[in-house]
This record gives sequence, structure tokens and C-alpha cells, in this order.
Amino acid sequence: MNAPLSIDRLLPALDHHHLDWLEEEAIFILREVVASFERPALLFSAGKDSCVLLHLAEKAFKSRGADHRFEGRLPFPLLHVDTGHNFPEVITFRDRCVADTGERLLVAHVDDSIRRGSVRLADPMESRNGHQTMALLEAIEAHRFDCLIGGARRDEEKARAKERMFSHRDSFGQWQPKEQRPELWTLFNTHLRAGENFRAFPISNWTELDVWLYLARENVPLPELYFAHPRQVVRRKGLLVPVTPLTPARQGEQAETTSVRFRTVGDMSCTCPVESGAASAAEIVAETLSLSVSERGATRLDDHTSDSAMERRKKEGYF
Amino acid sequence: MDTVLYRPGPDASTTATPQGEHPRVARHCATPRSADPRADAEGATHRALRFLTAGSVDDGKSTLIGRLLFDSRAVLADQLDMLERRAAGAPLDLSLLTDGLEAEREQGITIDVAYRYFATPRRKFIIADAPGHEQYTRNMVTAAAGSDAAVVLVDITKIDWTASPVQLLPQTRRHALLAHLLRVPSIVFAVNKIDALAQPQSAFEAVRGALLDFARKAGITVAAVVPVSALRGDNIMQPLATPWYAGPSLLQVLESLPSTQERIDGELLLPVQYIARDAAAATTSGTGRQPRTLWGRIAQGRVCAGEMVQLFPSGERARVTALRGAGQGLDSAEAGQSVGLELERQLDVSRGDWVGTPGTLLPAQRFGATLAWLDCEAAVIGRKYLVRHGNRWVQARIASICHRLDVRTLQPTDAHELAVNDIGRVVIELQQPLPLQPYAQSRVAGALIVVDPSSHRTSGALLVESLR
Repeated sequence: MNAPLSIDRLLPALDHHHLDWLEEEAIFILREVVASFERPALLFSAGKDSCVLLHLAEKAFKSRGADHRFEGRLPFPLLHVDTGHNFPEVITFRDRCVADTGERLLVAHVDDSIRRGSVRLADPMESRNGHQTMALLEAIEAHRFDCLIGGARRDEEKARAKERMFSHRDSFGQWQPKEQRPELWTLFNTHLRAGENFRAFPISNWTELDVWLYLARENVPLPELYFAHPRQVVRRKGLLVPVTPLTPARQGEQAETTSVRFRTVGDMSCTCPVESGAASAAEIVAETLSLSVSERGATRLDDHTSDSAMERRKKEGYF
Repeated sequence: MDTVLYRPGPDASTTATPQGEHPRVARHCATPRSADPRADAEGATHRALRFLTAGSVDDGKSTLIGRLLFDSRAVLADQLDMLERRAAGAPLDLSLLTDGLEAEREQGITIDVAYRYFATPRRKFIIADAPGHEQYTRNMVTAAAGSDAAVVLVDITKIDWTASPVQLLPQTRRHALLAHLLRVPSIVFAVNKIDALAQPQSAFEAVRGALLDFARKAGITVAAVVPVSALRGDNIMQPLATPWYAGPSLLQVLESLPSTQERIDGELLLPVQYIARDAAAATTSGTGRQPRTLWGRIAQGRVCAGEMVQLFPSGERARVTALRGAGQGLDSAEAGQSVGLELERQLDVSRGDWVGTPGTLLPAQRFGATLAWLDCEAAVIGRKYLVRHGNRWVQARIASICHRLDVRTLQPTDAHELAVNDIGRVVIELQQPLPLQPYAQSRVAGALIVVDPSSHRTSGALLVESLR
């Protein structure tokens, strides 16, 4: 949970007024999705970007009651693509979030895709990050979703820098970078053929720092993994690899307990924490300001493979 | 004074508005703009500045963007590692930071607009990086729509500044004319590679004179002419410490440029985006009826509770009973904000309709426009297209093509169709009337996109010039 906030202490040094503008833009996109599509869903992994999205959606579609809590219901369900390799704290947080907001959660399990045979594992312990794509595409087909709202940001990775706010996917769920529709003003072209779908990215123009500033300002709860906590890790290839049943220490590696926080909470088998003492969103903002490693670079084993790993995954239909 | 800094002039729309029909109707809401605590002394708001960068292959555009990211510390350690690995001991090549997709690296070109972010303590910036060669016009049109400024790169080493008169490069003229044609509000010339000159002062002054002369003849308002060296980082962040230039650095210019002004004064103009039937409000109002909330982003003017508004196309009038913002009630709202309106009576209204000050939304079914064509299939007279204006899709056809513009000179030439990357003047006929305004007056009411009804591709961009 967010510790007592000292974000105001940081603000004199930080012009955070652009957050109003970013919020305005994101809410505009969320309403545009609901107005333009028949069966949208919001991708919710309980990660920080999707927590921002859920909060924005509540602001866009709900009103606050006397106790300042949101009343009403979102005009779309939440969809979680569960790799089966999540940190248990994240699943607990997800379920509590769903209970607190009263929203409808659908879960697409990679394990179900494995059972159906649409996902084949080369190794039972391998990362399931890439396999989320198949589970996602199967969920789109089963629920006939025509637009999925995602928390991707253009600053995350260079294949994302060219992503549209409304990104067209063909009937195989594939992204065709050369066929992207030019996006002019806010006159989005959301025309679809049967079987095609869109991905909408309301926080495209946010950076990691913007996300943390907003989380702190709006007091949005997050899974505890995001804040500094002691954890058993081993040092491998310049990364801190958490010791879990899926990622045990290898022979010759020395496990140690150190204070860490996660910057993304993905598949347990490929998500690494960074050393940190930041125990609140405000402290993370302070740390992010003097940050030295981009988000996906320091924390994802699977994006390390090549300069264009993300581009390939996106073409295949990844988020 | 080495730069001409743009200051927005008095807003023409502050002139008196016609009297309302209803004596109790407040014409203007009380809170003036200056009361906004988010606006600083210069009137710059909290809004980010979106700017596009225009330049040809060797003008140093990638290096300039890399430099802005690098010097504003938007470059992170793993990206730096990549640069250091590639440099192998030589100076870092900052242009690699903007290196794009795999497909582009293979061909050594960039194929689409990429967005980059950096921030200073004063402002957040969004760069729309429009690549220089293939599909040039298409990319530039995409980048220009919604941009507050254009930075046009000029490679001073390619210009014979001793000639009289100094001849600018064709691409400089083309980039500036396109930005002007697409009505990008502020145009900045960044005169690059001053580090490579023996006499930077004379060269810069000669080129600056030629740029201002060209701009004046073309009717282009120049926000600034700034000498820079993207390679060395001279005059990018910190002003140049030299006797011959006392003006601001490129970043100081960008920090001071106005974000696109939505007109706060003037008539209310709001395209209806989304209609919510609010069950929660029904229970609290106790009437049992479900009030509908009309959501939309205000394109122009202000609105407050109690005001009378008129709907387009129905023409019905109603009083606004309540305003809602994100998650809470509001007393008033102004251009740029999204707002939910509750009206005193139930009216037939849907997405795509408009809400405005009574008597101000005038229908137009035929209009003259600048058309930028983006589709490989040419634009032809008589064919039916779909156009989107505000939140409404209607059928349209090109009634006539007045001329095609030579994008290097903006000279009109005869044409019977517009091919990809062409820009021309056309007359459009709509299947149903829309409340159009010239683009120069309103970006929201004056812009349309053209979609091919069979391929669903976004085929063109229309900027309304004149109403017939």
C-alpha cells in the first residue's frame, strides 16, 4: 500500500501540472472507446500501469459519493491474462481490487491454452510472457471483444514509440507497422471488419515518471511488490533474480536477502526487482528522477534477447 | 536581437457577443482565464508542447533529437550502454537514440512518425519525429495535426552564404511551406552545424536574413531563428556563450512557445462524444427518471450551469442544469476540458451532435478545403468517401479539384486527381450538413479525415478553408 505521501514536498521542484492534461487526454480516449466500440474490455494485470488505467476509468465513468468513493459501474469488464506464473501477492491484490471496485473480472489462463494445445511449452519452466499472446487472442475470440484498452506507453520501448492511440489489429490479431492508419488530431478511424479488433492506449503519452507522479498524487493503491521490501535474490547477468520456485538459485550462485522493489510485475520467471529503499510512491518519484536504467531494460529477462524483441512480439499480437 | 519571438496577439474573439434571447441567461461565466493557478506569468499553461521536427536526411535531425533527449537526461543507462557499444571508443552517435523499428534499420530509413518525450522543470515536451524521405508529406501531415510548433532544420554547411541573394535549400522551403499550409501555429528555424563554420557569425546572419525574407514573402510568421550545433550541443540547452549571439537557446525558445490556444472567449462549441445514462444520479435525484449526461470536450468557449444552449442538428434549445467533470461536479468548464452536461429536459441527442451557444451553429453542406492525400489509391472526383468531422461520420464526395499545390513552391497546377503525398484545393459535398468553421478559426470544427469506405484506410486530411 502507499505509505503516507510526501509528494507535496517534491512538487516545488517538479512541474506536475501536465498531469491534469495527461489525465484529460486519457479520459477522453476511454470515453472514445466506449462510444465507438460495442464490446470493449480493459486489460488489467494489477501492474502499476493498469492500476492507473482502472483509476482513470473510474474517473471517466463513475461519480464520487458522499464518502468520496466511486459509485456506479464501468461500461466494460476487466480482462486479466494470467500466465500462471504470477507473484501470489499480485493475484491477492487483483482480487481485492475487483472486490473493492465491484467490477467484473474475466481471466484468460495461459494454463488453459496449454491444456487446449494452442500453447506448447518447450520447457515446463520457461517464461510464459510470450505465451500470453495466444491466451489473449483466444479470449478476444471467445468474448468477441472489438477493442482492448491497454496501459502501454510510448516511452517504454522503441517499437512502442510508433504505436497509435488506436491501434488496428487484423483478423489474426497481428500488428502491421507499415499499414498503420495515420492518426490525425483526435479524429480516430475506428472502422473494423468482422474478426478484426483494436487496441486502445490511453496513457500512450505518459512516461514512467508521469505514472509515479500520478499514482502518488491520486493515492492509487498498488501491490506491495512495488515498494521496497526484503527479498531473497541472486545476482545474474547484471540483474537481481528473485529466488522463487520457478527461478531457484543455480549451482554456484549465492542467494542473499536485500531490500528491493519491482518496477514491473509480470511473469515470475522473467521479472526482476531493482535494489531500492523507496517505500512510497513519492520516494519512488524521487528515485525515478535520478534513474539510470530504463524500465524494461533492467527488469525483463526476455526483452534482453535482441534490440527488436518487442517489435517481433507486437507483430505477433502481443499487447 | 537575433530572434523574433512570437507573442500571441489579442484574441479577435473577445469582441462583444450577440445578445441572448433569454434575459436570465448568463452569456459569460464569471471566472476569467487568468484566475487559473496553473497558468504562469507568461500565460503558458500546464499543457505539454507538441512539436514536430522537419529536416532531410543529412540535416542532423536525428542528432538534434538525440541531443535534446540526452541533455535533458531522458536517456537511460541501458540505452547509453548500447550507444557506447556501437561507438567502440569514438564519440557517441546520438542519432542512434531515435533509431526505429527493425524494418527501418534494415533499410536505413524511417517509415513512420515516432513520438519521443522529454521534460524540463518548466515543461513536458512531445516530439513528433517525421522522417524525411519516403512518404514525406504523409508523415509530415500526421505529425503536424495537433502539433503546437514545428522545428525546421537548416543545414548551414549546404548553403553558400556569400552569394547574393542567399539561396535556401529546396527542402527548407518545402518543410516551412508545408508546416505553414497545415497551420502549425509556431515555426522555428534551427540553423544547424554552426560548429563546422570558420565564420559562424557572418554565415548565420546571412542565412537568417534569407530565412526571414523567404518567410515574409510566403506569409509565414517565424517564431524564432536559432543557431545550433546538435553534434556539440551548442545552444541546445544553454544559450551560446559568444559575442555574436545573445538570443535564447533552442530549449528556451521551446519552453516559451504557446500551446495551441483553444479560444476560451467566444461562442460555446462542444461536439457530443458520449452519452451516459446515469443510474446513480437517478437514485439521488429521487425523480425515478434517468438523467442523461452529454459528454464532450469543449472546442471553444465556456459553459456554466444555468446557461441556455442549442443542439445541432435538431436546433432544440435547453438550459444546462448541471455540469460534471471527472468523477465530480463542476460549476463551469472551458475549452480544452471534457465536461458532462445535464439538460433541463430530455432531448433527442446522440454522439456526433453538437452543443453550442444558441444561433451560432450554422449548417454547411458544401465547402472549399485543403486536402492532403495519404492513400496510395488516388483521390478521384465523384467517388464516395466517409469523412469524420467532430464525432460524426458522414458520406462525402469531391465535387471538384481546383488545383494541386507544388509542395516546394506552393504554386498551383491543374489536376484531375490527387495522388499519395499530394496536397490540393478541393470542393467537398456532404451527404448531410455539418456545423463547419474554417480551420484557421477552429481546429475542431475545421478539420476532417477522409476514410476509404472499402479499404477503411485513412486516406486524407481536410482543412476547411471556405464555406459555400
